[in-house]
Formats: sequence, C-alpha cells, structure tokens
Amino acid sequence: MAGANDDSPALQRLIEQVREAAASQTALDISGGLTKAFYGGPRVGQPLDVTPLCGISSYEPSELVVTVRAGTPLAELEAALHEQGQCLPFEPPRFGYRDGPAPAGAGVGGTVGGMVAAGLAGPARAAVGGLRDYVLGATLLNGRAEVLSFGGQVIKNVAGYDVSRLLAGSMGILGVICEVSLKVLPRLPATLTLRMEMDEASALKKLNEWAGQPLPLNASAWWEGMLVLRLSGAAAAVNAAHARLGGEVIEAPMAAAFWQGLRDHSDEYFAGAAKAVEAGASLWRLSVPQIAPPLHLSGEQLTEWGGGQRWLCTAVAGGTLRDAAAALGGHAIRFRGPGPRDGAFAPLKAPLDRIHRDLKAAFDPAGIFNRGRLVAGL
Amino acid sequence: MTAAAPTEVAALSATERAARQHQVVAALAPLLPAHALLWHAEDTVPYECDGLTAYRQQPLVVALPETEAQVAALLMACHGLAVPVVTRGAGTGLSGGALPHAAGVTLSMAKFNRIVQIDRAARTATVQCGVRNLAISEAAAPLGLYYAPDPSSQIACTIGGNVAENSGGVHCLKYGLTLHNVLRVRGFTVEGEAVEFGSNALDAPGLDLLAVVVGSEGMLAVTTEVTVKLVPKPQLARCVMASFDDVRKAGDAVAQIIAAGIIPAGLEMMDKPMTAAVEDFVHAGYDLNAAAILLCESDGTPEEVAEEIDRMLTVLSGAGATRLEVSKDEAQRLKFWSGRKNAFPASGRISPDYMCMDSTIPRKRLADILLAIGEMEIKYGLKCCNVFHAGDGNLHPLILFDANDPDQLHRCELFGADILETSVAMGGTVTGEHGVGVEKLSSMCVQFSPGEREQMLALKAAFDGHGTLNPGKVIPTLQRCAEYGRMHVKKGLLPFPELERF
Repeated sequence: MAGANDDSPALQRLIEQVREAAASQTALDISGGLTKAFYGGPRVGQPLDVTPLCGISSYEPSELVVTVRAGTPLAELEAALHEQGQCLPFEPPRFGYRDGPAPAGAGVGGTVGGMVAAGLAGPARAAVGGLRDYVLGATLLNGRAEVLSFGGQVIKNVAGYDVSRLLAGSMGILGVICEVSLKVLPRLPATLTLRMEMDEASALKKLNEWAGQPLPLNASAWWEGMLVLRLSGAAAAVNAAHARLGGEVIEAPMAAAFWQGLRDHSDEYFAGAAKAVEAGASLWRLSVPQIAPPLHLSGEQLTEWGGGQRWLCTAVAGGTLRDAAAALGGHAIRFRGPGPRDGAFAPLKAPLDRIHRDLKAAFDPAGIFNRGRLVAGL
Repeated sequence: MTAAAPTEVAALSATERAARQHQVVAALAPLLPAHALLWHAEDTVPYECDGLTAYRQQPLVVALPETEAQVAALLMACHGLAVPVVTRGAGTGLSGGALPHAAGVTLSMAKFNRIVQIDRAARTATVQCGVRNLAISEAAAPLGLYYAPDPSSQIACTIGGNVAENSGGVHCLKYGLTLHNVLRVRGFTVEGEAVEFGSNALDAPGLDLLAVVVGSEGMLAVTTEVTVKLVPKPQLARCVMASFDDVRKAGDAVAQIIAAGIIPAGLEMMDKPMTAAVEDFVHAGYDLNAAAILLCESDGTPEEVAEEIDRMLTVLSGAGATRLEVSKDEAQRLKFWSGRKNAFPASGRISPDYMCMDSTIPRKRLADILLAIGEMEIKYGLKCCNVFHAGDGNLHPLILFDANDPDQLHRCELFGADILETSVAMGGTVTGEHGVGVEKLSSMCVQFSPGEREQMLALKAAFDGHGTLNPGKVIPTLQRCAEYGRMHVKKGLLPFPELERF
C-alpha cells in the first residue's frame, strides 16, 4: 500500500489514532495551528494534532511545484518560496489568535494543512484563482486509516477523479490531509496601489468594466466611499495601466501594509469588526457574482474581489442575509459571531445534500472526522 | 481492423440483446420525438467509436434529446431499468471515454448547441453543453473577450466534453485548464434529478464538487449547461522559434525559462522527426537540422511583450539555441504555430495509423523521456514523432503503426504502455489532458494503489450508486489490475530530503 512503509513516526502515530478512533467510533477534531478554530461549525471530539507531520518534502522552483507536509507552518513555506522569488499567488490569510492567547503548543501560526482544509484566499483571489486552483496533489489519511495519494506533482493531470482538489475547503470532513503538492508562481515584478473616491455602485460598475479589459488588475477593496486598486505585473504594463486609470498613488510601504492587513484580517475594518462581534454583532462573508448590485443591508461593509466578496459586520438576522445572497446567485457564511456556531455555512440544496452525505460515508464510514464542521450532521 | 474494446462487459447473446433493446426502446420512445431515438444497426454505426478509433462497440440504443426535460425523463427511465448511459459530445475524445456500452444507451448531446447568454458585464458565457469550444470565443470576440482553454480539437470539440476531460491546450500554463475557467456546471444526476455544481459567484457552499465533476469523464453526472469565464484578449502575442542541436539542451532551456520567472503564454517542443513531418505538410520554414525546436510565446501589452521577449531570447541563447527567430507580425506567428497545430494530420500523412499518448512528467525530465522513447522505438520496432506541451511537461508522442497488421497494433499498445509507465516512474501521470477512458485503464493500475482505486470507486458510488453512468471507464477493477500484473509504483509521502535549492 502507498505510504504504508513510510518511515515518518508522526504519520504512523496519526494512522494509529485514526484506526483506534474508527474502531471505537470516537469523534476526532483535526487540528494544526488552531488559528481557524473559530471558523465553520462547532468543534467536537478528541484533538488530533497534525503539527508533528511537518517539513517541506520537495521544492524545485523550476518545476513551479512545492510538496509540503500538512503540519508545516505556513510562514515556513512562504519563507522558502520567498527566498526563490516565488509565492502562493492566492494569498491565504494568516490569522492570529485574536480570540485569546495562543493555545499551548500552537505558537507557530497557521499550518499548510489548515490552509488547504479551510480553502480561504486573500485579496488577489478574483484575479489569480483560489486555493483549489493551486492544489496539484494530496496525500490523505481516510477514515479506514489508509494513506492514499491523489493528483500528483505536475501541472496537468487528469488520471482518475481529482480528489486532491476536493480536499480544498473540505474542513477536514473527508480525512486528515497529510501532504499537499501546490503550484507556485514567480512573484510579479512590479506593484502599484491606487486609491480613488467613488460610491459603491460606481465602484462595482468600474471594477467589472476594467476586469473585461487587458489590465494588470490584481486586487481591489472598497470601503466607505473609497476604492483601492492593486496593479501587479510587468513594470511596463503597470505603468501603462496607471496612466489610463488615474487615481492617487499610495506609497509602497503603506500600500503593502494595507493589503497585508486585509489579507490577514488585521486591518482597521476587521479590527472594528472584531470589536463589534464582542458586542454581539456577527461578521458575515457574502460570496456573490461580481456584478451583483449594492446590497443595501445595514451594517459595516467592505467589498473585495472585484465585487465578488462582500464582508458585512451586522446584527441583521442570518436568514435575511442568506436570502439576500441567494437571490443574487451567491451564498452567505457567518464568518465570526457570538453564540452557537451551527449553521455557519449556507445549507445545501437537494440533491447536493445527499451527495455530500454519501461522499462523507465513502471517505469516512464511521463518521469520525470533524463532525459538523462543514455541514451540520456530517 | 479494430480491437475488442477493453471494457469489462458481460457479453449478451443475440437474443438477450434484442430483448433488452426492445425493452429500452419501449421505455424511451414515449419520452422523445421519434427522430431522436436510434436503434437500427445502420443508424447507430456512426456512434460506435470516438476519436480513439481503434476501439469500437455498437450501442444498444442512441438517444438525442433536445430539452432538459427529455434528458431528465430519459435518465429516470434508464435508471429504473438499470441501463448503462454513456454521454457523448462531439466524439473527438482520444481515450475512448465515449466508447458505447454494448448493453447501454449512448446519450448524444449534439442538440444542446445553443449559446444561452454572453454576459458582457459579468464576462461570462452560459452555453449548452454541445456548443463547440471555438464557437464560444467567436461569439465573445466582438466584446474583446475569449474563452482561454484551446485544445487542438477546439474547432469541433464541445464544452460538455471539455468539462468531462478537464481539457487543456497550448496556453494552459498561463491561463489554466477547463477547471480554472468554468464557474458553474448544470446537469442531471444518474437518477434524472437536476443539479448544479459551482455558481456564478467565485465559490459555493459545501465541498467543491465542481472540482471533482470537471475531469470526471461522464462518470458522475450528465452536463447540460456550462457557465465559463471569458477573459480579455491580449493586445499582442509574439512567438520565438528556437532551434537546438541536442534534445537535452532544449529540455534544459524549458526549465531555465521557468526558473527565470517567466510564464510563457505557450511553450511547445517538437523533435526532429515531428518537425520533418510537419514541414512537409505546412512549409513553415522550420529548421530541419535541429534536434528539437521550441516555440515560446509571450502575450500582453506591446510594452510587456517587448520586455518579455528580450528576457526569453537571453535565456534561450544562454541555453545554447543554434537559431532564434521572433515572429515579426501576426501572419508569421500563426505560421510558426501552423506546424505545431497540424502535428496530428501531418503524422497521419506519413503513417497509416498513429496512436497519441498523453502522459505528463516533471519538466526537468523532458530530455530523459525523449531519450527513453528513442530506445523504445528500437525495442518495439516502431517509429515515434514527439510533440510536447513542454511548459506543462505534457507529452504527446505519436506512435506510428499500421492497424491492419495485428502485430503492429499489439507492439504499439506495448510501446504506449511503456511510455505511460516510464512517465509514472519519473514522477508523472498517465494522462495530462486526454483522460483515462478505456485506453489507459491498465496504466491506472500502475499509477494508483488498490486502496486509492477503491476510494475513487467509492467516490463514484456516492454520485452513481448502481454504477450505470459510463460504466467500465476511468477506474479499473481490482480484477483487471490483477490480470494486468504490473506493480503499482509506490508513492505515499515523499521522502524527506534536504531542501533542494537551485
């Protein structure tokens, strides 16, 4: 069997723990750096710590592929890529421990496994694709305690079902992600950030117009009447686009800090949202078509991804937000909020609910992994 | 001469087949217009194979529904009778994914050929599954937009088939595969229930089922409508043609371009025999003395292209290119590409038959695999022309043979399997973009362990409990792999070497 002869004691220990849990039908709570413990449905079960399974297994910059074990700190991976002038273009968020001090042994920040399981992406998502678009392969420990590899380490691969990409955003419900191969890209040579005053409706209109033109538009954020744009690419293209779009240039250090704060949810908007959550509001993430009109819902709103991602910090009832997002062809996620966490994600429509149930059973017959983290009851 | 289809189908006697056919026709006839149901042998012959013509099988019945309601009713009826359903687009697939089932219904989606909407503001096209790949870009062209994935068969292949195969093309290193350019797939489950994967937003609730449906070769659901992203047409594209006197230097040049931080819009490689074959066909002025030719394309604004072409030329000449030519205008650029785009017909001219392989390897092994294929030519006594999507490490060796000679067909199959297994051993995969279909079932035994194959079969069962959607394709049974008798190449977690840096 693949991996059965793997010499990693950390993997052997995980296999043992899963085998025992499956036999005794014990729920397992898969954990890495615990930076996204707040996200999704409630956590139940015995902790299954993946952090000992760590390290970069192979990295060849000229192949644009890195293979890395799940417990590896994301910071370590990004540092290794940075050294070679490469990056994870989808900018996965690196959350801190805002909900309290770092739990014991979890001082490393987020892990690669957690990044893949949560499937979140940062400001560049609309321009460059999401995390799933960069997954090339994965090794999974399933509910039968089998170590299975899917996908591979090459860019093009259609051998069998693409189970590795299915793990992106799976919140761990199909099994323990042990190792992933990711496509990486060179960092873009030039970046310029522009700001311009604009109301929401005009900003949405402009963003969609520009996205249909050959412009090096890499990220956007709209908040309180101000649109901020990031241009990235060849220097010549960035300069030509600036000449066309106009706008006030934000100095590079300040711009970098802004985008990093947005990516990691540490900027002014998200700091304000954290305070509001403490006071009883919820932070919602509305994923809607980029051309969806302004939502006109009460609360503090920040729009990213060319209009495709709208953060709303509000006390408005969840049902209203879900209906509003669904009416536009999207969905709403309760990202952070007080009280019970059931129903963080929008419920699934038939027959997707049935397919999810059967898929869960196909990977995790005893139902031990991350129960209820992605779908209530699974 | 055609080979028996390598699927695991229990043979029906002529009487059993006639009875089954009668039963299925009786069940489907009330659901479809009379002209949309074919079962007489002379009517179903055109459906007996797809682009992989070496394998043929006449279907029991061919259905050509015209509406989604008909698709739903037909699937429900077939599900009730436990009749296999094989969905078919344009029939251009190269791995036998649309090979009919002897006791099954071939579901031709040819009538679903309507462009539903081109949305300028949203930069999306919503099209029925039978719309041709190129027709999408043609419809979007007046808006300055296009659909990026461009498989060589784009003039004929349909978007539904592209979704089934996760098709690539010559530009996918920079612009992605079908998966990266599709937002939403609408279709029907095997039971005939309407289902949507993905959405018009950038993500959808739950597991990312779109990621597994794309590339699933018609095994999980029947696609009827697809929403794709349209992207702005680059202002300019220019192409460098580089000659090398040694395949190893050409292979290294590919790695050096990527290592220099350049992501070319296209990066293709042809070996000497392929170059000779295409030059004879298109007269593009290829360097016939070169051991290998690279085509390296840059696109974007004129300023960007100028900057990037300079960098490409520096790397290519540093890598030992013996001749370098940059396209001066669009006509010359298309001429450079004409040979590459005509590699298949050019091979058809120099040999009665050819079999196209489709494995992928890490880019750094390009020269190694070319040299290994050279040795296989001697071993199997057959010639092979090589054309590679070098930027992706995706190989298309074209093995030349004469299908009228059973021994040549046999040697060709062994040759092909050897290429695939060598690719897996080099850290690659048996198929980069053509799919497994029936053609590469045996090679799947080498790439995946029994546990991995069982997990994929379980995944299929979650979508299709009775296994009636395109049965016998993609994932080989344990028994088949046991009979094939080759060992699975072990993977598991990668070893843990010192971090390599170069």
